[in-house]
Amino acid sequence: MYTKDGESYFIVDSHVHLWDGSPENQANRYGKGFIECFYDYHRNLSPEEWVWPLEKFEKYGEATLMKDLFEDGYVDKAIFQPTYLTDFFTNGFNTTEQDGLLAERYPDKFIVNGAWDPRDGEAGLEALERLTQRWKLRGVKLYTAEWKGDSKGWKLTDDWSYRYLEKCRELGIRNIHVHKGPTIYPLNRDAFDVADVDDVATAFPELNFIIEHVGLPRLEDFCWIATQEPNVYGGLAVAMPFIHSRPRYFAQIIMELLYWLDENRITFASDYAIWHPKWLIEKFVDFQVPEDMQGEYGTLTPDVKRKILGVNAANLYDIEVPREAAVPDEVADSTEAVGSAPAVPA
Amino acid sequence: MTAATTSLAERAWEALATVDDPELGRPITELGFVLAATVLSTPAGTGVDVRLRLPTYFCAPNFAYLMVADAYDALVAVRGLDWAEVRLTDHFAAEEINAGVAARDGFADAFEGQAVGELDELRRTFRRKAHLACLERTCRKLLDDGWRIDALAHATLGEIPASAERDSLTRRRRELGLPASADTPLFVDESGAPIPEEQVEQRLRFAKTVRVSIDGNTGWCRGLLRTRYGDDTAAPEGTAQPAAAANPGGAETPRSAEKREVS
Repeated sequence: MYTKDGESYFIVDSHVHLWDGSPENQANRYGKGFIECFYDYHRNLSPEEWVWPLEKFEKYGEATLMKDLFEDGYVDKAIFQPTYLTDFFTNGFNTTEQDGLLAERYPDKFIVNGAWDPRDGEAGLEALERLTQRWKLRGVKLYTAEWKGDSKGWKLTDDWSYRYLEKCRELGIRNIHVHKGPTIYPLNRDAFDVADVDDVATAFPELNFIIEHVGLPRLEDFCWIATQEPNVYGGLAVAMPFIHSRPRYFAQIIMELLYWLDENRITFASDYAIWHPKWLIEKFVDFQVPEDMQGEYGTLTPDVKRKILGVNAANLYDIEVPREAAVPDEVADSTEAVGSAPAVPA
Repeated sequence: MTAATTSLAERAWEALATVDDPELGRPITELGFVLAATVLSTPAGTGVDVRLRLPTYFCAPNFAYLMVADAYDALVAVRGLDWAEVRLTDHFAAEEINAGVAARDGFADAFEGQAVGELDELRRTFRRKAHLACLERTCRKLLDDGWRIDALAHATLGEIPASAERDSLTRRRRELGLPASADTPLFVDESGAPIPEEQVEQRLRFAKTVRVSIDGNTGWCRGLLRTRYGDDTAAPEGTAQPAAAANPGGAETPRSAEKREVS
């Protein structure tokens, strides 16, 4: 819980990792390139005093994570989002099992999400059942840019992906976190295209699709889909740290999201260890839309911040929110589409 | 370096400045993506050796391919150059891209089995976005100057005051193959059809989101490039122009705004 100026905020960090990107675990130059790319994200958007040496960033370990999230970082509940990348890292970058072992020791601190890959076919469906039983999964994280042998990516609309989404429905996995990375295949399409989200969100209205990084770098395409699909959410990982280096751009992102979606479908995330939740939360609670932009965009209230920082994710995962950080119920009007506009320019 | 090669280097740089990052709609020279452009005399004649670099190791390979291929095409058209070599560096797919462009194979052949066609439609998608963002910048300026929103639906390009925004819009129209003469309507869709008055406001609202998105991505790419390669990006001796000399700003993002945001 974070308290400032008499306001309390219950914090659910919806996207954290415990990874091993160390040279010993790197399987090839792609693994090295991957962790270095993450490190540049970290260095580019963190305040100077929060920048780690590369060696620590590659492998920081459990004790660091526990201290950063729960002692220093105000986090009440953290959601592990696995990222396997077994073609790049010998033991995987960050698997459900690795997350789960830590979560079992601190059952009140973590939610463990799983993952699946439609290219694993029938065997993968059985594995998903076992994974769900073992870790009581309520959510999965999908990474469409993951390489697997000759295949360099997949789409949510692939036939086997539908089979897996049906399996999720059957197993009670309600929350589908989708990370669009620079998919390699098909190379002649826009890698970050979120159009496939639109199709599956319509086909599976009982599932929630939380689009990580709010679709960045395709914010506009994400907004257009989310305004029409009430079960599409925006996860703020990667968007949050702009609050420090580019606060005006951050204001634009947040207020665009609030315009096209609504305040109930945006969830806070640090993407730890790329960024540390402590400074993100402190800056977000202090944040206001710059004065010269308020005429255009309005302002952020403590209730909206409370929803984004914890209440919305708590609703997705049935986490109880303490009374002092709850937001009074109101008629949430998330089904009305803003976009009664002309067809979206493709 | 002789006077002749200096001017050849300048012409090579000018040719590179016509190449846009297809995703951001900005010249690769301005974005700092040209690491070096060196004019060389070899037994094969006088040519230019260009090295490109990108903000991350995993930047989308299709956009990277377009930039390498476009740079090559622009350079071989420069009078006085007998050959051109363009190589992408520090990128996971550099080898395939460089080999594909050098062999003039086309994109699908460079990534055999992984691409389902060429990149024309991809390029067009981003030209449409760039056009929409430009239209929004132009209209926002008019609204700031006191224009009413319904007037936007009835104005022609020639009726709005000359500005950097209007010039950019005209260029974007031509890229899309749309008419851009003074008597054509200002507010058109991606096929050149005028937008009815009652739809202008909503379309402008979406266009604003597109503009915010493109501007945001541009800032993010600039920041990552700086982080990856450091602020001091002076190119080695004998190159046409160092990447650091690129001119940021320009019509589409006022330099002052850029300065305020990027510290």
